[in-house]
Amino acid sequence: MKVERDVSALPRHGFGTHSLTWWGTLGFMALEGSGFVLAAGAYLYLMTLAQKWPLNAPQPDVWPGTVVAIMLLASLPLNMLMSRWAKQEDLVKVRWGLVGMSLFGIAPLIVRCFEFSAVNVRWDDNGYGSVVWFLLGLHTTHIFADVAETLVLTALMFTRHGQNGRRFGDVHDNAFYWYFVVLTWLPIYALLYWVPRAA
Amino acid sequence: MSAPLLDTDLAPAEVSARLEAVWSEPKTLWGWFATVDHKKIGRRYVVTALIFLLLGGLAALVMRAQLGTPDNHLVGPDVYNQLFTMHGSTMMFLFAVPVMETLGVYLVPLMIGTRTVAFPRLNAFSYWVYLFGGAMLWIAFFVNSGPDAGWFSYVPLAGPQYGIGKRSDIWAQMITYTELSGLAVAVNTIVTVFKMRCPGMSIDRIPLFVWAQLVTAFMIVFAMPAVMVSSTMLICDRLVGTHFFNWAEGGDVLLWQHLFWFFGHPEVYFIFLPATGIVSAIIVPFARRKMFGYSVLVLALFATGFLAFGLWVHHMFVTGLPRLGESFFTASSMAVAVPSGMQIFCWIATLWDGRLRFATPLLFVFGFIFNFVAGGLTGVMVASVPIDTQVHDTYFVVAHFHYVLVGGAVFPLLGGIYYWFPKFYGRMLDERMGKWNFWLAMVGFNLAFFPMHILGLMGMPRRIYTYPAEMGWGGMNLASTIGAFLFAASFALLAVNIVRALRRAPGAPANPWDAGSLEWAPASPPPPHNFTFTPVVASREPLWDTPELPVTTGLHADRRETVITSLVEAEPQMCESSPPPSIWPFVAALVISVTLLGSIFTPWALVWGLVPVGITLIGWFWPKGAKEEES
Ligand code: HEM
Ligand SMILES: [Cu+2]
Repeated sequence: MKVERDVSALPRHGFGTHSLTWWGTLGFMALEGSGFVLAAGAYLYLMTLAQKWPLNAPQPDVWPGTVVAIMLLASLPLNMLMSRWAKQEDLVKVRWGLVGMSLFGIAPLIVRCFEFSAVNVRWDDNGYGSVVWFLLGLHTTHIFADVAETLVLTALMFTRHGQNGRRFGDVHDNAFYWYFVVLTWLPIYALLYWVPRAA
Repeated sequence: MSAPLLDTDLAPAEVSARLEAVWSEPKTLWGWFATVDHKKIGRRYVVTALIFLLLGGLAALVMRAQLGTPDNHLVGPDVYNQLFTMHGSTMMFLFAVPVMETLGVYLVPLMIGTRTVAFPRLNAFSYWVYLFGGAMLWIAFFVNSGPDAGWFSYVPLAGPQYGIGKRSDIWAQMITYTELSGLAVAVNTIVTVFKMRCPGMSIDRIPLFVWAQLVTAFMIVFAMPAVMVSSTMLICDRLVGTHFFNWAEGGDVLLWQHLFWFFGHPEVYFIFLPATGIVSAIIVPFARRKMFGYSVLVLALFATGFLAFGLWVHHMFVTGLPRLGESFFTASSMAVAVPSGMQIFCWIATLWDGRLRFATPLLFVFGFIFNFVAGGLTGVMVASVPIDTQVHDTYFVVAHFHYVLVGGAVFPLLGGIYYWFPKFYGRMLDERMGKWNFWLAMVGFNLAFFPMHILGLMGMPRRIYTYPAEMGWGGMNLASTIGAFLFAASFALLAVNIVRALRRAPGAPANPWDAGSLEWAPASPPPPHNFTFTPVVASREPLWDTPELPVTTGLHADRRETVITSLVEAEPQMCESSPPPSIWPFVAALVISVTLLGSIFTPWALVWGLVPVGITLIGWFWPKGAKEEES
């Protein structure tokens, strides 16, 4: 047997581009991102066909959406620290950081409930209402899914399973995905609230 | 916790025995549902897809029997509508795309010299979702709720006003299941190919079949969401009164066509690109020389993948689009023929210079080239707006896309089945029957589909359940029907060949075709861990370099572990463990499928479904104390 490589000294888990789940997360971001782009495309497509926009509805109320945007942006510093703490495998900071991130996730979900009525149109009023609710629903699903995952991860880190390099990798990937949830909101926010005002 | 055991501590035979124990799964009912072995799942995927081919083929035979003579009343218009919808949907969503994608689930890890896929449990999950989605469609058909609005389910026909009953909901939800599973496989393939290639397999040494799978996976990631978005919108229009496609309320029917074909055209390449991978894999060992123009072939894959996104509008030429738009899409539709032409040139050059071995797999490759070129020629014809306007919705188009789909994908697939069967099942298929199979398929296929070109030019529309004798279409339709039955007979012959092979004792050699790629290194069929030691490669056809592959050591022998390598050079970066079998992917797929099925009847199903879905996902991810979870 001709041995050309030996990997016994290599690490048994890793972060970022070394880790499979990081790439998997990136893959899911790519496909969900294309879902967002297509839904936004549908919005613009219906807009160009309509005589006026918003179609037979008052302008959407910008405040709840703006508050959501501010809340999401405000979570970014802690999120950045989360990936750093995860890499340092600092269990105590990661635990409490996750508690913080859970709160940062739940708060915009509460405001989001008000946002659905602030768009001033129902999904079944007309095509405009349908596509607004679709975009809003799509993004809400993403916040919801990430919050659910963060809550489970928080619980997990407080158990004996927490002290494990693999779990810190999960925390790192979770923070990575949260960037996606925050950053996708900005163009959708602009599309839903500012494009109709400019049109 | 016992001290970790490395393979360097043991004799090679001992390593092999230990790994076999670690990677094998219990042969119980639980084990059957809990498997995460990419070979078992890949095999199940391919077999399931072939069963759907059988069902879709039977639907086609009923249609052909109905059309064989004028004024026939074997089936009525309502059943006929369901038949062509079931046939088209089954062939595209349940057979062709899955079979091509998941041949890779079996082969890609073997070809790149690793032990499994990146996410084995996601892989298992995707299979179950696919199975449930396909089963739902066919069960619905047998209880008279089969969809009937065609495989692309145009609105308003499929919308709330005209699409009565649950037929179109079943169709739309089948899309959700199959695309979910297709996307999961695509992400799995991408990460597996990026990070799990064995040391030395830099990007210029990746087998062409793997390249084809990779480019296809990328296309799937960007295109499949389009059909998920549109089918979700369709369900919402039908179920909760949205107006996405309702022109009267500010929606638009062409929105459906744009979204569908933004996916639908690339979909043709989800089928065709992997097929080109099969062709490349077969040509090299059967020409007994390395591939001519490897880099050209890789570039052609990328070019096709890229151009395929600029073509969707050619399915909408007769909807009255702006003139400039039509010219652009005509040009791009013709341009996509260029990379295909380059591929065919490289293959022919390789064959020309090779020492050919005329076994069945190669015959199917020749059949592919012949039929596919014919389909490509009519494709360039219908890319032109005036011609398309003339033949749109006639049998000319039906002839065209069957030449491309059957010629371009089913023929390579059949070649691939003859080629890889020994690897999958440890037995060779019979060559003499293989040659009969090929010639019968060739004659039957051309007899079935060539006359359709002429019928189309004579004006016979597609999707009609019968026609009057005075039209003068009877003779050619009868010929076509006879051809279809001959073609079906060629599949029956394949089935007999397979059954007879499976009854023999296994005994196929590891590398029966003297091929050069890594899937032929382990025994046929491979042991559960694929490779006792991860190989190290130094060329594109490593098995042709040295009688014994150089290897990597230093992995654990007491747990499931693989080498992770860098993206471009495939230099080892770390070792990653791989999860043991688990029942949770099956449970999660079941719960999600029931939830989605429920949502056809009430939107609240999605809300109630959250609870069991949440529980199963926690069950899936919560650590259970296996060795693989240590770090
Ligand atoms: C067993 C061989 C096959 C036969 C005899 C056959 C026959 C037919 C016929 C007669 C139609 C036209 C129905 C109509 O417009 O009234 C049709 C439609 C179609 N076929 Fe096939 N077919 C075969 C295999 C395949 C395969 C392998 C694929 C795909 C990979 C395929 C994909 C389609 C599609 C997408 C349609 C369009 C359905 C629609 O109009 O909605 N067929 N086929
Ligand atoms: Cu097309």
